[in-house]
Amino acid sequence: MPHIPLPAELPGISSAFAFRPETAKPLRELAHILLHEPNSLSPGERELIATYVSSRNECYFCQTSHGAAAVCHLGSSETVKQVHADFTQAPISEKLKRLLTIAGQVQQGGKKVTREAVNAAREQGATDIEIHDTVLIAAAFCMYNRYVDGLATWQPRDEAMYAQMGEHLAREGYTTPSIRLDEKK
Amino acid sequence: MAFRPETAKPLNELAELLLHAPNSLTPGERELIATYVSAENDCYFCQTVHGAIAAAHLDGDEELVRCVKTDFGSAKISEKLKTLLTIAGKVQKGGKQVTAADVEAARTQGATDIEIHDTVLIAAAFCMYNRYVDGLHTWQPHDEELYRQRGRKTAQEGYVTMSREYLPQEDETKQGA
Repeated sequence: MPHIPLPAELPGISSAFAFRPETAKPLRELAHILLHEPNSLSPGERELIATYVSSRNECYFCQTSHGAAAVCHLGSSETVKQVHADFTQAPISEKLKRLLTIAGQVQQGGKKVTREAVNAAREQGATDIEIHDTVLIAAAFCMYNRYVDGLATWQPRDEAMYAQMGEHLAREGYTTPSIRLDEKK
Repeated sequence: MAFRPETAKPLNELAELLLHAPNSLTPGERELIATYVSAENDCYFCQTVHGAIAAAHLDGDEELVRCVKTDFGSAKISEKLKTLLTIAGKVQKGGKQVTAADVEAARTQGATDIEIHDTVLIAAAFCMYNRYVDGLHTWQPHDEELYRQRGRKTAQEGYVTMSREYLPQEDETKQGA
């Protein structure tokens, strides 16, 4: 049961957004810029960073919904599973592996990011903006994950729902609700 | 923030809503939550600047800010704020750490649903801001007077207005800003 009376028919962060639309607006906008807008990192790569950090924070709703969005962008659910389990073995670029290392350090704490990790990403061709965005995506998911779990939101185990959300997020981004209530019982 | 103005905009708007916009929790109380979480995350810049903003809201009471950071249980703040700081401290460790008993204790002291929501989101947001500031290894000057001045100004003007000092100005007339 959620800690506060959130709209019962909405899962995860959607229920918190509906409860407090004022804060939902900048929170949606931030996710849209970081994950969906044009960027030298592909949307699939950025969703992998988001779902990886969410899995490290053990947030079921975020890792599953952003995992589903990554699957839509990449066309492979196997890659997402491997990034969760051990990204060094995943079929992704060396550059993305270096960025995931930085993201994992941010998840532990901002001071954990080492100069070596940043240099290693640069050596694989990562730009300053890409390093900046990796740090901010990882930091932002340390917020979103805590928001979703800190309110004890409803997080159904319903693969079809997350697949539908993932499609919406991959196609439309984050400025509009990803849950269509008419499709839910 | 100045490096990436696109993301600075929602980040400043979020801080403005959570800390500066009208709320049943006073700006001073909300800045104390932000300062406490930033201290727990050991982020020098955030705990110092938000501590200075909190002090500016609280008649310059820097001793109270220090006390909240080190042992809020003994600070001269309301019992309600103490129970909210307990929730904020749990969020800092991880969302799942917040218990129904923590929330019930805050309710018993008169906390509303929105106040509990905002406490969770302020604490979560500072787990982002702190990581953003430290993760990029930003320059964090150690000059208390500088933070004091900035604290007073931010307490008065808010985050969006302050951000105009370092963000490129555009469409001011169109936005009526």
